[in-house]
Amino acid sequence: MTKMEKTSTFTRRSLLQAGGALVISIGSPIGIDTVLGISAAHAQGTKPPLTPDQLSSFIAIDAEGKVSAFFGKMDMGQGLFTAIGQMVAEELDVPFKSVKVIMGDTATSVNQGGASGSTGIQNGGKQMRVAAAEARRVLVEMAAQKLNVPAEQLTVIDGVVQAKSDPAKRATYAELIGGRYFNVQLDWNKQMGNLLYAPGKAEPKKPSEYKIVGKPLPREDIAPIVYCETPYSTDIRRPGMLHARMIRPAVAGATPVKVDESSIKDIPGAKVYQENGFLAVLADKEWDAIKASQQLKVQWSDAKPPFPDQAKLFDHIRNTPARKNELEGKPIGDVDTAFKNAARVIEAEYEWPFQSHACMGPACATVEIQGDQVTCWTGSQKPHYVQNGISRTIGVPLDKVRSIWVVGPGSYGRSDADDAAMDAAVLAKAMGRPVRVQYTREQGTGWDPKGPASIHRARAAIDANGNINAYEFFSKGFSRNDVNTNGSQPFDTLAGHFRGIGLRSGDNFGIPAEAYVFANKKTSWETIAPFLDRASPLRTSHLRDPVGPQVHFASESFMDEVAAALNVDPVELRLRYLKNPRDIAVIKAAAEKADWKPRTSPRKDQSGNTVTGRGLAYARRNGTLVAIALEVDVDRPTGKIWVRRVTVAHDCGQIINPIGLQHTLEGNVIQGISRAIWEEVKFDNKAVTSVDWLTYPILDITETPERVDVVALDHPDLPPTGAGEATMRPLAAAIANAVFDATGVRIRRAPLTPERVRAAMS
Amino acid sequence: MAKITLNVDGKSHTIDADPDMPLLYALRDDLQMNNPRFGCGLAQCGACTVHLNGQPIRSCVTPVSSVGDAKVVTMAGLGTPEKPHPIQAAYVEEQVPQCGYCINGWVMTAAALLNNKKKPTDDEIKQALTGLKCRCGTHVNIMRAVRRAAEMMG
Repeated sequence: MTKMEKTSTFTRRSLLQAGGALVISIGSPIGIDTVLGISAAHAQGTKPPLTPDQLSSFIAIDAEGKVSAFFGKMDMGQGLFTAIGQMVAEELDVPFKSVKVIMGDTATSVNQGGASGSTGIQNGGKQMRVAAAEARRVLVEMAAQKLNVPAEQLTVIDGVVQAKSDPAKRATYAELIGGRYFNVQLDWNKQMGNLLYAPGKAEPKKPSEYKIVGKPLPREDIAPIVYCETPYSTDIRRPGMLHARMIRPAVAGATPVKVDESSIKDIPGAKVYQENGFLAVLADKEWDAIKASQQLKVQWSDAKPPFPDQAKLFDHIRNTPARKNELEGKPIGDVDTAFKNAARVIEAEYEWPFQSHACMGPACATVEIQGDQVTCWTGSQKPHYVQNGISRTIGVPLDKVRSIWVVGPGSYGRSDADDAAMDAAVLAKAMGRPVRVQYTREQGTGWDPKGPASIHRARAAIDANGNINAYEFFSKGFSRNDVNTNGSQPFDTLAGHFRGIGLRSGDNFGIPAEAYVFANKKTSWETIAPFLDRASPLRTSHLRDPVGPQVHFASESFMDEVAAALNVDPVELRLRYLKNPRDIAVIKAAAEKADWKPRTSPRKDQSGNTVTGRGLAYARRNGTLVAIALEVDVDRPTGKIWVRRVTVAHDCGQIINPIGLQHTLEGNVIQGISRAIWEEVKFDNKAVTSVDWLTYPILDITETPERVDVVALDHPDLPPTGAGEATMRPLAAAIANAVFDATGVRIRRAPLTPERVRAAMS
Repeated sequence: MAKITLNVDGKSHTIDADPDMPLLYALRDDLQMNNPRFGCGLAQCGACTVHLNGQPIRSCVTPVSSVGDAKVVTMAGLGTPEKPHPIQAAYVEEQVPQCGYCINGWVMTAAALLNNKKKPTDDEIKQALTGLKCRCGTHVNIMRAVRRAAEMMG
């Protein structure tokens, strides 16, 4: 496609003529007033359409020269407001503080995929970078006309375009375009979501020219959180709003047979709404809605969900016929022959449980319908898909739905947030009033989509010289997509399921992401059907680093098992089979920072109650490489693990903000340890029984490592890749490897709870 | 229903409420405050923490009728950008929060610790904060911030 640019020549005359087409005041660049102003401008046809092929969809400059960057991804607390602001400020040559990043409102940003797969910077930032570069190019062209100086003789300093030879010849961005929208077409690749890319004609800067990118600038969104000035998704209050609580069945699959509305008639204004299995109570006051939810008498149908005994979960996975099998990754050589000819075969099987998002608060969403206009405030990390979902769920045109992301109680994938938004939409339409749905803790942890349970088999063929000649890795588990990663379809949310639309489980899993070079190699997976084809507390979806922790718990534990079997240091073994310099560099960096001295595992020199061990693991993720070396204490009488010291070596290409990166990795470390040693969804033959912080414990502050070191390997000349999830991958294996080093006991079943570790040692 | 007068962040408010209603809903629903927050309703996470006469309590399980004339202080009343409590200043300096939803529990509990104890050890900090939840895993930064605040308080 050729680039089209209506203002391409920017002659003085065309600029003057274009005044009408270009001019529209955007007022203050932040806040609801701006958004409403922009909506009004839209209606007048004066703003270019909010489509990915328009520069105005990404960048606007107000009358004071302040820059608004409209971002179609979301920050889940890893500092994207700052990092994206840095990338935009850098390319535009404006001070960082001049840029305001506005994200997650379908009225002001195009769908760049929301928070998804750690691509905030990798994909989202890439787009903002080229948009900002194009804006700078256009502004310099405009200045060239205005100043009568060729563009190549102009430079930009802090939003002022000036002649290199004569700084008196100058024009500010505010003078050039302030308060008017760009009317510049971009070369959009026609993709929406994560793959959206729409560059202009400008080339972004060379990294050697960076002044803002790469600096450890602090997050400016933190002080408002600390001083209670940031509203969350729970804090939306609309005039005439009803508070709602959803009523979920105590036995999965049961439906309400009889609802006794008289049982709540003593509660002022309390109402019931039912549509098939979709059941809610509502009241003007939140406490009244809570009381109504506790007091409502419901007779439920008999249901016997086919949940196995928890202890038989992994047998169920092993024994259930696969719904799909996939040879993923290019097979190398002839694995079967290599195993037949092996001098020795090492093999092992690993198990990973269902895990819950268990967000800090259960989801909350508010929907208001005024006339034909629907507005949703949601903590979903994909508000643009919520817009689609509401349109389909309650049958209104897409362009009549506005979805606004408001920071929620944490988000680590397809959590309960999308479900809450749809529930609120159904209820707002039914009630004719704004409705705020607040899930309970039990619903948040019990009914969120789960990370899938799985088993993993690995085997290695060893030749007569002690070399790995063949490697095979196989996973079998529940799909990672019983419901999709967003709430855009009614068959993917509880509102759809409870109202009668069946679940349409997709089939997807994954393979180890590493770069070991073996002569023969094969990786594959199989998925099995979900237990229920309707609303299920054990339906699966994406949970931070989808299937990464389970796959790499197995694959990197196995590499350690091979090292131990061959009497080789675990670092040395990995380095033997890695050829790519960046893989080698992260492993060496982690080992060096952790003072790793070559020796084999396990240690055999310890006695006493507390034994100490070290472990290493490594993985790739979508262009990012990470190695973790850590030390654990294992208390033998109790089996309790303390991850004492963690070293993360991380390579995500170009680093935009080192302090944001460090905090992102530290958060990954803590959540990763938590999932490795504590987290497991419990269920019985009726329902999920891990429904709060006692039954679904996470890592406590008393278990914080005494030291977490981050070695961030910077490659300014490479594109930036993601940091939000990669560190989660190798953590569980690093811990299991360290436990083996400390105790000589190999634990192949996560989480490594005290009971499990104690039992394994006895 | 009963008329109940509450002293919140130095101001007196009278509400008409069910005496059994937890304080959390008086603050959030009747007084329209955005903090504290609902996290579990079970006193298991701390997101709803406020001070009652200087002591951190879980407002989600504290009946509003039990508050009496005790002074309720929320995180908004603990300090302001102009006059922050040291733990708030330290939270900003150390860039602690990720999603930030849990913050009331940590800040209000740490503030109570620091108001009563000079220079706590790491173990004392951890023991004071045990049981609070942070799902984003900012534990390392929380420890940094409490240590920093302790230093600021001398």
